Amino acid sequence: MTNFTRRETMRLMSAGLIAGAGLSMLPRKAFSAGKITVLNWQGYGTDEAWAVKAFTEKTGIEVVHDYFSSEPEMLTKLRTNPGAYDVVLINSARTQQAAVEGLIAPIDFSTVPNAAGLSPELKEHPNLMSDGKAYGTAWVWGITSLAITEGSAKPDSYTALADPAHKGRLALFDDAVTNIAIGALLSGQDINNPTDLAAVTEKLKGFKENVKLLWSSEDQWNKAFAAKEFDLSIYWSGAAVRSKRNAKLPVEFVVPKEGGIGWLDNLTIPTSSSNPEGGLAFINYMIDPEFYVEWAIKVGAPASANGAAMEKLPAEDLNRLVHKPEYLKTMSFQSALPDDRREAFNNVWQEVKAFYAE
Amino acid sequence: MPSDLTTNTAVRGPSGPRTGWTPPQWVATTALLMPTYAWLTLAVLLPLLTMFCFSFLSATPMGKAPIVFTLKQYRAFIDQPYLLNIGWTSLVIGFWTTLLCAVFGFLAAVALSRATFGRMRETLLILILLPFWTNGLVRVFSWTMVLRENGFLDNLLHLVAPDAGSISFLYTRYAVVLGLVHGYLPYMILTCYIALITIDDAIIEAAVSLGARWWTVLFKILVPMAAPGLISGCVLIFVPVIGSFMEPRILGGKVGVTMGTVIEDQFTQAFNWPLGAALSFTLLAVVLAIFATFSGVLKRGAAA
Repeated sequence: MTNFTRRETMRLMSAGLIAGAGLSMLPRKAFSAGKITVLNWQGYGTDEAWAVKAFTEKTGIEVVHDYFSSEPEMLTKLRTNPGAYDVVLINSARTQQAAVEGLIAPIDFSTVPNAAGLSPELKEHPNLMSDGKAYGTAWVWGITSLAITEGSAKPDSYTALADPAHKGRLALFDDAVTNIAIGALLSGQDINNPTDLAAVTEKLKGFKENVKLLWSSEDQWNKAFAAKEFDLSIYWSGAAVRSKRNAKLPVEFVVPKEGGIGWLDNLTIPTSSSNPEGGLAFINYMIDPEFYVEWAIKVGAPASANGAAMEKLPAEDLNRLVHKPEYLKTMSFQSALPDDRREAFNNVWQEVKAFYAE
Repeated sequence: MPSDLTTNTAVRGPSGPRTGWTPPQWVATTALLMPTYAWLTLAVLLPLLTMFCFSFLSATPMGKAPIVFTLKQYRAFIDQPYLLNIGWTSLVIGFWTTLLCAVFGFLAAVALSRATFGRMRETLLILILLPFWTNGLVRVFSWTMVLRENGFLDNLLHLVAPDAGSISFLYTRYAVVLGLVHGYLPYMILTCYIALITIDDAIIEAAVSLGARWWTVLFKILVPMAAPGLISGCVLIFVPVIGSFMEPRILGGKVGVTMGTVIEDQFTQAFNWPLGAALSFTLLAVVLAIFATFSGVLKRGAAA
């Protein structure tokens, strides 16, 4: 019964999507030569007006954008609109799923000159690889790790989270996956598949005396930090740059010896693309140090996967200071989680939160 | 007896000369009740039913995972015993919030109905309702500014006693209860106010002329006569408070873990709608059980 209705609904929805896509593609088909369609989050680098203009002037290729508002939506759009997109942004945690489904094509780096500058840890990250081929071009990345008040002693390990020196001065990110990863790093396990969840729970419960609050948004973090409610916290690298640059908060981002928890976004070409050469040219432009420096300074951007681009940033640039290339060596990347594991993670985090509240 | 009169009218049918066919009574009744029931079905019954169905599924019915019928979501309280503690905390928070709302709300309503009149009363009523029209999130966030260390409250204290320490109690259960009382007090004031203005002044004058002191008037006359308002206010407050998640999350810090936040996490973070739905229905059952236990008191109060 459930299956039937679900399938029916899905069929109806896909039919609607295909119909919609078909209609919207009609005018596009007419002059498809020299034109690419990019699928990305809105306002995420690729659709900067000045950048698109510069790219079109340089190559004569026109750039059109379509947006998604969640990762599952991005996959659905790729599945139901074959041929509609030439470049798509995919979080590395989803790359293999998309590759296995045959939605995206491997990248031939010989046609992407700027790929030479990509940090090797990112360019051939296991999350991107399938059958020895890279199914995406590493584009931008970031870290979740520790943030401390400027001037206080730099923690060299996540054990600082349980250190009595920080009693009542710790803020944790209220997110199950992140906290399980911290517990896994502390107990020497794989962040994406810790086998001993009891050990993770134990480690997380050890923070109890230190935890002052659990933050869930950057804004909340900024307000509480400005009010000096904590000195040590789990935080995002990009947010740390914004807090320091825009809110002028005395915060310092630290990655301890266990390594940070990383995310990596890639640009890739769908298998159904009608203009893969144009797509590759666009990807090449997106990892161009010139574009990146302008994006990072004019607008503000995550760290570039292109080491050469990071080196082109001014030496005192916060983005460059926070995203040190050596962090890439110790960093563990989040990858896709099966539903049952995600559920187990959430149960652990609920249990730990209940313990904190006791 | 007014009820007899209506029955008689119904039996006799509409008076006066009528020709032609009159539809039977039930047609009119149904037609008149239709909008109400249609609305209830649309706004209450259907969403509840959808969630009830969800609570028996093994996973959220979106995506490609196969979905099977299961009762395991309802075993959550057995499989995850820490939920019992959270549930108890929620009930305790609900109890204190309701109690404080009842005390302050009732007194405010007494003051409003007995000590003011005319334009002044209207103005005060609007002032009480005003916070209701502002966004709840804004209200809760402004409390964080008042309660935090070196916040407004601390500054005020330091004006009087510069050497005193901090009296900040942000990120405690007290802060959560304070935020909730602030948020829900208008419900109680309104229901009590409506019950209180119907009390005849003559009754109170009679009591006072017979020598009753203020507490006798309050507890022997005002409270019993306004009991229906007080009780509906309590029900109106208790139910949403034990499911609240915004106030505990923002004002509670690490102690702000309630059934509300657990359920919200299931919907927004864990993407486990079935478990969220099952927890909600378990909570609903507990609330109904509490009301059933006290139904005698509630009925007597409401009838008074």
